[in-house]
Amino acid sequence: MSERLSVRKTYKLYIGGAFPRSESGRSYVVTGAKGEFLANASKASRKDVRDAVTAARKAFPGWSSATAYNRGQILYRIAEMLEGRRAQFVSEVAEADGVSGKKAGELVDAAVDRLVWYAGWSDKISSLRGSANPVAGPYFNLSTPEPTGVVGVVAPPMGPLFGLVSVIAPVIVTGNTCVVIASERAPLPSITLAEVLATSDLPGGVVNILTGSAGEMAPWLAGHMDVNGLDLTGADAELAQKCEELAAENLKRVLRPNGKTDWAADPGTGRMTAFLETKTVWHPIGI
Amino acid sequence: MSIPTASSNASLRAFLHGLPGVDRVGADARAAGLGTRSIKTTAKRQAIDMAISMVDLTTLEGADTRGKVRAMCAKAVHPDPTDPTVPRVAAVCVYPDLVAEARDVVGSSGVKVASVATAFPSGRSSLEVKVADTAMAVAAGADEIDMVIDRGAFLSGDYVKVFEEIQAIKEACGEAHLKVILETGELATYDNVRRASWLAMLAGGDFIKTSTGKVQPAATLPVTLVMLEAVRDFRDREGRMVGVKPAGGIRTTKDAIKMLVLVNETAGPDWLDPDWFRLGASSVLNDLLMQRQKLTTGRYAGPDYFTLD
Repeated sequence: MSERLSVRKTYKLYIGGAFPRSESGRSYVVTGAKGEFLANASKASRKDVRDAVTAARKAFPGWSSATAYNRGQILYRIAEMLEGRRAQFVSEVAEADGVSGKKAGELVDAAVDRLVWYAGWSDKISSLRGSANPVAGPYFNLSTPEPTGVVGVVAPPMGPLFGLVSVIAPVIVTGNTCVVIASERAPLPSITLAEVLATSDLPGGVVNILTGSAGEMAPWLAGHMDVNGLDLTGADAELAQKCEELAAENLKRVLRPNGKTDWAADPGTGRMTAFLETKTVWHPIGI
Repeated sequence: MSIPTASSNASLRAFLHGLPGVDRVGADARAAGLGTRSIKTTAKRQAIDMAISMVDLTTLEGADTRGKVRAMCAKAVHPDPTDPTVPRVAAVCVYPDLVAEARDVVGSSGVKVASVATAFPSGRSSLEVKVADTAMAVAAGADEIDMVIDRGAFLSGDYVKVFEEIQAIKEACGEAHLKVILETGELATYDNVRRASWLAMLAGGDFIKTSTGKVQPAATLPVTLVMLEAVRDFRDREGRMVGVKPAGGIRTTKDAIKMLVLVNETAGPDWLDPDWFRLGASSVLNDLLMQRQKLTTGRYAGPDYFTLD
């Protein structure tokens, strides 16, 4: 009998809950930390960006109007599913970052913990950011946080899983939907994460993941008139400046962290509050 | 085969059933093949402007109000108020009781006012009522009348009834142009679409239109292809040009451009004119404007910056 051929995984994009190849038909070679061949990944184009934004916009009304409790439960569910595929993530992170299995295991655990941490915030962020404002009149005056809309995220090039989870979770937990440009250097864990998302009750389109060149895609995302926020964590200084200029045209909310982010540190609420709007309601007292 | 002059069911049947049958698989494949043409950059720009100038901006809801019609008509005259280079659309299409309202807003802008008539969308009423319906719309100032054929009569083979009804409505139209809605979604076969197209043209229709928009499927590419072939062949035989209007289900710029390709490749460039080809739609206009803005500014446009309708 002939030797069995192993079945290799095709790494594709994640748009609107489906896994399409890039519209452009392009792919690029992904190598490990020591330069060895790992896989071919899809190289998304501007039209994939366009399709992803359309999918994210379509998912926004449903996701933003889901109860905070429900969103939290789904984030917990993502953490559960991620935990269930721990071994796969450990080996992918080890290959991508060239770290030991033990270190990779710690990074995957940290990613799961980060998800759980943000899941807990889902029904608490409004207590933190909302307020009952005293006004000079017979009115209740209440401010509550609302999601900004569709957020473009340039994921950090380092930390292919932990960093990725740390930028996606704060955006979606408050009800935003997002288009994520994964690490160009190490995109494989992001697509495996997409498989986790697709099986976690997360509605299709809430998170869309594109692999390829950030330099090519990010400006299209920044200039897109239907994108409301932009997280430039993973963009280098030159790209970040270009994107910020493009994003100014339609007054996007832009998050551009100063210097290098230490993912292991307490993340605080900054990433969640960066993509929140405030709605204030006046209501007459006594009616 | 001669064109029937005296109208009897027998002669109409002999003629219509003598038309060559439509190869369903062939028509589907041809339409799908033409749908893959890639129209980019300057050609796309031209196609978008042409498509905008061919739109019959339509609102046919039970919930239509005078305000909604006025807002739509204002949009028809200036589709994008921030960009004066955007052409106006071809016409607005409303129910007969709202024609006067539409007429008032479009004025002398060149945008035509079309009105559906003849117990739209079902067409289930007596000829007297249908004629009165048409006369009312024309009296209110409609330039074009969109009538529906009696599908029940057509499907049961009573071609004379359909023929005479179209003639009577044409007479009631006077100066107004008559578009004949075949409601292809209810005609079951492409052969029937071809026969209904010929019947409508023989009876004097100025335009043949696919659908009311109330029945699915509506304006599919293959059905439009069959109708375009019919108007082409009709001109070859009779020397009279008849227009085509696909309506319903055209939502994206891509859909609209596919239609234009189909017109050019089937009927020919003579039909690439708002006088001879129209797109019955409402939501497609915003998509056309968004694509146009993308070509102008180089960035993707968002629906937040266009009117809701």
